[in-house]
Amino acid sequence: MKGNSYLPRKLHSLLGVIPLGLFLIEHALTNYSAFEGGQEGFMASIDFLHGMPLVFFLELFVIWLPILFHGVYGLYMAFQSDLNVGRFSYSRNWAFALQRITGVITFIFVAWHVYDTRIQLALGNTTYEELGNHMHDIVSNPAVFTIYIIAVLAATFHFANGIWAFLVSWGITIGPRAQKVSANICMGIFVIVAVLFLLSLVAFRGDEFEGAAALVAATGR
Amino acid sequence: MADTATAQRTVKFIITRRDNPEAASYTEEFEVPYRPNMNVISALMEIQRNPVKSDGSSTAPVCWESNCLEEVCGACSMVINGKPRQACSALIDRLEQPIRLEPMSTFPVVRDLVINRERMFQSLKKVKAWIPIDGTYDLGPGPRMAESKRQWAYELSKCMTCGVCLEACPNVNDRSTFIGPAPISQVRLFNAHPTGEMNAYERLEALMEDGGIEGCGNSQNCVRSCPKGIPLTTSIAAMNKDTTKHLFKKWLSL
Ligand code: SF4
Ligand code: FES
Repeated sequence: MKGNSYLPRKLHSLLGVIPLGLFLIEHALTNYSAFEGGQEGFMASIDFLHGMPLVFFLELFVIWLPILFHGVYGLYMAFQSDLNVGRFSYSRNWAFALQRITGVITFIFVAWHVYDTRIQLALGNTTYEELGNHMHDIVSNPAVFTIYIIAVLAATFHFANGIWAFLVSWGITIGPRAQKVSANICMGIFVIVAVLFLLSLVAFRGDEFEGAAALVAATGR
Repeated sequence: MADTATAQRTVKFIITRRDNPEAASYTEEFEVPYRPNMNVISALMEIQRNPVKSDGSSTAPVCWESNCLEEVCGACSMVINGKPRQACSALIDRLEQPIRLEPMSTFPVVRDLVINRERMFQSLKKVKAWIPIDGTYDLGPGPRMAESKRQWAYELSKCMTCGVCLEACPNVNDRSTFIGPAPISQVRLFNAHPTGEMNAYERLEALMEDGGIEGCGNSQNCVRSCPKGIPLTTSIAAMNKDTTKHLFKKWLSL
């Protein structure tokens, strides 16, 4: 096998599910704790994550490097594709087109979102304790809130449809029936994860996450 | 009465033309007298006989390719009302008018509706889509193929390299080197053959090179467009499985 694009393409597909897909679910669940448990629940989740051993290396190898590879290689793949849903308006072709469109949206959003949250944390402009309030400030702006909703739907669709494509690309679902069943399951995953994210976005807008100090004090930290 | 009524009926065409591979394309409109059971080829023959446009001015006859006239050679493939298909099996009665004819521009356009499908044949060579039986001595009879398997394989062997699946594929274009669905399905066909199987890894490795199977983005337009009803996406997924297995076997040096 000489230098070729087979391996990077396979790796791209794998990384999208493991670890990035798992991370997305973890992210959805952490955020959802804001909906279910309010400020307190969200803090508990964050404490748990922050308390993981070797958290820096975990982030590096499980999040940053995979995202960078998956994102940059994905942009290259999107650039190589035509969108021809006008001529072939079949549902799978729409999914193909949307996979590329949502991929680009997610890439741009993630860059901005990481700057707005993780990098602000690193720069010391916000703290773990204030994260909930920080999010409250961000999504209180109606325009930003709308962007978040669109981006969350895009990322979740990209993830769910990506699982479907992963199963095909790795030769797990082969026949039309298997691919139909996996498509239905993936759309179920899309709906569930999207609802988790949307509920947590709504929760972050709530009064509970307003004003940092008082509530943080109440959680005893 | 009925006869005069049919004699007056005409069929409208809007045809995308190009004088040579480098020239820009343009469209011309034609109106040809209707005959019952006409297909696109017989209409093109009519234009060839009387190359006059709808506005009455004459023009060069429209060029196209055709051969078998029964949808088995693939030569007459073109884009008809937006969908790639064979002109010989495109019945006028079943088409919405005006009928738009365009060349399948995923391939190099030679002239008017004539395209060069050379790349299809190159990819068949690339993936070694044949059964090697030549030797310096008589190799004797090969292993037999079960009849049930032969019938199944026959479906895959119906491919006429018409190029419709490549035209429908959003990943076959100037920016990518993807060989397209048809040759991938041929690998599955020849790897299923009891003699062809002996060289299965060579074909799999050809699919794992640049422009190989990884170029597939699963839009699945191919399977919905193939005039022969070849289960292209099933073939692609099956080859995904086989190349994946081959990859791990090589890693583990099995
Ligand atoms: S697989 Fe079908 S569409 Fe593709 S070249 Fe063969 S016959 Fe034509
Ligand atoms: S002329 Fe052979 S397929 Fe149409």
